[in-house]
Amino acid sequence: MALYWRKTWPFHLLLLPAIALVIVFQYVPLFGAVIAFQDFEPWLGIKGSPWVGLEHFRYLFTYPDGKQIIWNTLIISACKLIVNLIIPIFFALLLNEVRKMAFKRVVQTLVYLPHFLSWVILGGILIDILSTEGGIVNRVLNSFGIQSIFFLGDGEWFRFTVVLSDVWKEFGFSAIIFLATLVGINPALYEAAEIDGASRWQQIKSISVPLMLPIVIVVATLSLGRILDAGFDQILNLYNPLVYSHGDIIDTFVYREGLNNGQFSFGTAIGLFKSAIGFILIVISYRMAFKLANYRIF
Amino acid sequence: MRYRSRGYTVFTVSNTIFLSLLSLICVLPLLHVLSLSFSSRAAATANIVNFWPIGFTTDAYVKTLGNEMFIQSLWVGVERTVIGTVLSMAVVTMAAYSLSKSVHKFPGRQIYIWIFVFTMLFSGGLIPSYILVSKLHLIDTIWSLVLPSAVSVWNMILMLNFFRTIPQELEEAAYIDGAGHLRVLWSVYLPVSMPSIATLSLFTMVFHWNSWFDGVIYMSNPDGYPLATYLHSMIVSDNLSRVGVTLASVENFSNRTVKAAQIFIGALPILIVYPFLQKYFVKGIVLGSVKS
Repeated sequence: MALYWRKTWPFHLLLLPAIALVIVFQYVPLFGAVIAFQDFEPWLGIKGSPWVGLEHFRYLFTYPDGKQIIWNTLIISACKLIVNLIIPIFFALLLNEVRKMAFKRVVQTLVYLPHFLSWVILGGILIDILSTEGGIVNRVLNSFGIQSIFFLGDGEWFRFTVVLSDVWKEFGFSAIIFLATLVGINPALYEAAEIDGASRWQQIKSISVPLMLPIVIVVATLSLGRILDAGFDQILNLYNPLVYSHGDIIDTFVYREGLNNGQFSFGTAIGLFKSAIGFILIVISYRMAFKLANYRIF
Repeated sequence: MRYRSRGYTVFTVSNTIFLSLLSLICVLPLLHVLSLSFSSRAAATANIVNFWPIGFTTDAYVKTLGNEMFIQSLWVGVERTVIGTVLSMAVVTMAAYSLSKSVHKFPGRQIYIWIFVFTMLFSGGLIPSYILVSKLHLIDTIWSLVLPSAVSVWNMILMLNFFRTIPQELEEAAYIDGAGHLRVLWSVYLPVSMPSIATLSLFTMVFHWNSWFDGVIYMSNPDGYPLATYLHSMIVSDNLSRVGVTLASVENFSNRTVKAAQIFIGALPILIVYPFLQKYFVKGIVLGSVKS
């Protein structure tokens, strides 16, 4: 043991700051989450607050808006998952057909950009361009004879806007992984198909798509693991009381009810519920990704 | 042969047009806001500005930079970005060095790895974190913005993967010369990994500059808002006023060109570092997705 420490103490020393920070800021709140089983009051503390068992969890499902919020989360998230898979694949296949390197690079530079801007910036931009009072999008629609659309004030349109703007922000960046796969395909395969008289479409259908399938499965299963994250940053920057019924997701609800309205225990219970389901989903999705496509991160 | 067929030419042309349009859609909204910010107030209210300023003026920027609240939050934003990046990189680099060693050299490595990885999978949630930060009396201090996010496990994994590609001979030579681990990290690892450290620092900076939610919950007073949080509070009240809910603070932001200028200034640092980011992130993603 003494020998062990003599040989490895510098390693432990170098890990100390990181471990200390992780324990304080990640593991302590994990134990702090026991307030989900209490009626926590800040002035009583965790020790003094009364225990109530699973009452808050039960309340979530009997709460009038509870089901609606879970449904909103799932529907927004599922739409995002599907569209965020299809568009990048489609885009990667098209970009891969471009032979002019300079043009390819310009396209890549432009489409990756929105990924790096925060939802605060993009939210500010969207609120301006989608406005019904002279926002540029509605101006374009009007010039085609279409009535102005209340994108951020009408429930159904709000969901649509959330999904579409998320794709707009991320499709380029999500395509990187597919592009990398396409670039890695052995050109000899295409040449052989060419000699056999295969058309471009046949080559895409029979070479590019099947070879991309494993990575598509990995991306799909991994995003399935995050299905309860419907986009907290995005929705908090775009929504307003008019669209709470259609746009309120688990995370925004926890923030509003739990933190802003001071229902600490109820908010924690919902957060914990989400975290637990999310944990199970992530573990399952990683196992699936490993089984289906032999994917591992470590 | 296939490059000459008629069908292929048609495809190439339509593909080029389609991809050009797609790229434009990604930047036009930003260009519109930039044009708005340089347009006269009258042109903006008349809704005639598209993608080029009308009635060019820098009034909006003069007004923005004369706004004390804006300058204050700009300063807090810079402060948290600098402190947060330096702190995070130092902590992550040190940890990654130890974790890059094989189990053979560093028994116990596996336990640390699991402690870190678990935090990626499960968290106590928003409210317990908030209660903790307030119990530690970090509310309204810059530390509430930099400490909770200091350990990025993802960056740590990228870093340790990079450290593993450093040739063993380099460090063995140093050990023979009598150097200890700390010395090796400082004089061998750091100099050769400068490009990786620079890349991860850049990403950490972008993360901090863009973070706004922690400012909303940990700062009880708008004086402590970093720029991203300030902008968030501005666009939220903007959004509310557009749907008919008016807040007292709306008056401060009612000018559309000034709003556009503030949004653009908020995006500017990202636009400046973007060319450097782009050079590296493709590599980073590929690096992160292959197993170590």
